[in-house]
Amino acid sequence: MAANVLKAEETVPMQEGLKGVVADWSADKQAFRMPWGKAMMWIFLLSDTFIFTCFLTSYMNVRISTTDTWPNPSEVFALHIGGTDVPLLLIAIMTMVLITSSGTMAMAVNFGYRRDRTRTALLMFATAALGLSFVGMQAFEWTKLIVEGVRPWGNPMGAAQFGSSFFMITGFHGLHVSGGVIYLTVVALRVLSGFYDRKGTYETVEIAGLYWHFVDLVWVFIFAFFYLW
Amino acid sequence: MDQAVERVMPDTAHHAEGQQHPIRIYLWIWALLFVFSAFSYMVDYFQLQGALRWALILILMFGKAGFIVAVFMHMAWERLALKLVVLVPPLALLVLIGLMAAEGDYTLLTRLASFTP
Repeated sequence: MAANVLKAEETVPMQEGLKGVVADWSADKQAFRMPWGKAMMWIFLLSDTFIFTCFLTSYMNVRISTTDTWPNPSEVFALHIGGTDVPLLLIAIMTMVLITSSGTMAMAVNFGYRRDRTRTALLMFATAALGLSFVGMQAFEWTKLIVEGVRPWGNPMGAAQFGSSFFMITGFHGLHVSGGVIYLTVVALRVLSGFYDRKGTYETVEIAGLYWHFVDLVWVFIFAFFYLW
Repeated sequence: MDQAVERVMPDTAHHAEGQQHPIRIYLWIWALLFVFSAFSYMVDYFQLQGALRWALILILMFGKAGFIVAVFMHMAWERLALKLVVLVPPLALLVLIGLMAAEGDYTLLTRLASFTP
């Protein structure tokens, strides 16, 4: 009986556009034609979008409502190099590192679907290494700010809310990057061991890729709203 | 493909073919992300101010976000059902942002009226 239903489904062509949406949702079948892990990763990323937006919105709220001047991120995050202050240099480097890691990850997913085990694993290790260097630079940045007296409850540069917003937002993002580094390393080791060849699918690489690109995506918004605004 | 196999793993078969794109696309997007990031850094480096600064920051930000989601996360090739599930709910956040902006203004005005000399 169930087999008959499945067979009928396979022969019906999939509709496109809004009719396709209605058909996908209302038919007595799987709504998303993709591995369940991938659908669940998208749902997780959607919930994570809400979490990060809540952080950024609360940052917006405290920045609008404070009567003190907000510390100028351009100066706060400047690096002193060769006798001059280069504004926001470390953040620019961190941004480039994360974008590079997103590129290597995209290529890893591509090679995964081509069943190129070595290249996939190598590109994923490269991605994880770039992620690790990102976290390292973030640790350097945190240390620098803490030494300068920035605390969650106040700082010498201006509005007290600067510290709590900074540590909360970049800390939560850094936690995502750290988690991603571990996640990617585990998947890369499994790629190398031939685990996904035995399983018959490299979908896990694509799912890990979705997570990693999302971490990069969140940084795009943090970079724009916290560092540039 | 054998019917029985198709029934057990319909998605694998669909995907092995569905999500393979030429490496060239990724390299292009990668380069564009670098260029956009460099531009947004320039906005700060040359200390552009006012409406121009905010407009540029937002345009570059949404450009980068769009490239990442559409190409790197393969959203451009997904079915509309998934696109709607992922992209529509965040619109509710615009309401939150609007409310919190209004709230922030109100708090600022109250503070200025009552707590500053």
